[in-house]
Amino acid sequence: MDGIKIISPGGYTTIQDRGRFGFQHMGIPVSGVLDNFAFTLANLLVRNPENTAAMEITVMGPSLEIRKEMDIALTGAKIKIMVNEKPRDQWRSIRVKPGDNVTIGQVTSGCRAYLAFGGGVRLPEVMGSYATYVGGKIGGFKGRPLLPDDILEIRDVPLLMKEACLPVEMIPVYQSQAVVRAIPGPQDDYFDQGLHALFQSEYMVTVKADRMGYRMQGPPVPIKDGMPKSIISEPSVPGSIQIPPDEQPIILLVEQTVGGYAKIATVISSDLPIVAQTTPGDTIQFEKVNLDMAYDLIIEEQHKLNSIKDYLFKGKTT
Amino acid sequence: MITNGVFKKPIFRTAGDRGFIIEFGPDINPDVNKKVRDMARGVKKNLPQGVTEIIPTYRSLLLIYDPLITRPEKLVKAIEHIKNTPAQIEAESINIIEIPVCYGRQFGPDIETVAKSAGLLQEEVIQLHCEPEYLIYMVGFTPGFPFLGGLNEKLFTPRLKTPRMAVPKGSVGIANNQTGMYSITSPGGWQIIGRTPLKLFAPQRKNPFLYKAGDKIKFISISSGEYERLKQEEEN
Repeated sequence: MDGIKIISPGGYTTIQDRGRFGFQHMGIPVSGVLDNFAFTLANLLVRNPENTAAMEITVMGPSLEIRKEMDIALTGAKIKIMVNEKPRDQWRSIRVKPGDNVTIGQVTSGCRAYLAFGGGVRLPEVMGSYATYVGGKIGGFKGRPLLPDDILEIRDVPLLMKEACLPVEMIPVYQSQAVVRAIPGPQDDYFDQGLHALFQSEYMVTVKADRMGYRMQGPPVPIKDGMPKSIISEPSVPGSIQIPPDEQPIILLVEQTVGGYAKIATVISSDLPIVAQTTPGDTIQFEKVNLDMAYDLIIEEQHKLNSIKDYLFKGKTT
Repeated sequence: MITNGVFKKPIFRTAGDRGFIIEFGPDINPDVNKKVRDMARGVKKNLPQGVTEIIPTYRSLLLIYDPLITRPEKLVKAIEHIKNTPAQIEAESINIIEIPVCYGRQFGPDIETVAKSAGLLQEEVIQLHCEPEYLIYMVGFTPGFPFLGGLNEKLFTPRLKTPRMAVPKGSVGIANNQTGMYSITSPGGWQIIGRTPLKLFAPQRKNPFLYKAGDKIKFISISSGEYERLKQEEEN
């Protein structure tokens, strides 16, 4: 079995799936992809099961030597992909052959791109997942981001009978002035005018933005008088908006399990990909929504995904 | 309303569209923590459909659910049912886990700081630290990091002014009224007084962890010779 040799890994490239579930009570964060929609689409385009481990590429893409004939697909952030120096399209399957060079450039909009390989990367499963948790040095490829000369084995599967591509109108557009919806709580009772500040202002993504969390900069979000500045440590969820003593929000993401500061609101799960696709210097405007709205959006997203699957697999359109 | 530190009625909190928190009390207290663990076991035994994670913490329980399968209203009903029928909750199996620790020297660079701040000899620090059976209130921060309650007041020591970039795994530390162990090598600001040769997190082991919330930890002081011997055993 052969696969891919990493010539250069790019900015920060890890192997991820949807995450590691069932161990958060032991301090294991879910890890996994930050933009589940783009990840799922990359797999669907090469006819992989939806949760097949793929590459999560951050800002700057890798350069790869292909050692086996296979189908690949690149989704997510807008980024140039070249096969043997010839530009190719994102959001569609690409056939590559042994000896080909695949070079992925720098993002022009968005932050994270997903590269799926037909058959998927062959790796040992760790606690039920292939997701890399860099802090715990587990999962993915040796529990770390990819490095030059790493060799990834790709499973044998039949090649696609015909190319697959996503219609242009279904391709997400990533904004540098993003609107992200959030539900107040769990500790919204710690705030009064802080809630007003959070939902009425724009916050800039700082350079301290990674898979653990995004530190934001903007108008202060004060805790109301008489409330403690920290809370007894309790778990966070991806999307928790935590307010530390400097009153600048932090959006906690997938490599975090515990937070000791009040969480004013939580980004709805459908909008986590929007957060993940912002880069330092972009702005986020938080929009307050309620739970019912969030559930409706999850159902809507499910329908959208189902209709894309119909389109890709049955040739039906919506 | 609060009775013996426990809310008469638990507080429910929303943690986004997939997280639901049940809070049992206002602060760190063994009775509150027992309520949390009892409910965690109750939920686990009568697992409501759609619940994917049960995460007990100091004073609250976080449930992660799939909103396509269940909703908070249903979870509240399940929780009320479990609360009102104690028979639903199995007796807790509490293990006492002995953790061998080599105190001081290269393994515990801050033991002298702790001793000085307490006005004690290093041997007395070790003796006081090994005395209690510490309750594991919760596990988190890093894989298998136990937050322990029951530290002797004399040993309360503030965190380091400047956290270390890398605290070796197995390090045993003190931060104010807390004591705990670094399960993996990670940055940290606790005063480090010793190190255990045991692997607190071993992902390839059948059970990657040695303990769970609700168990108790008893530290046993060992020599550096014994440390090396146990370390060898752990590696094999």
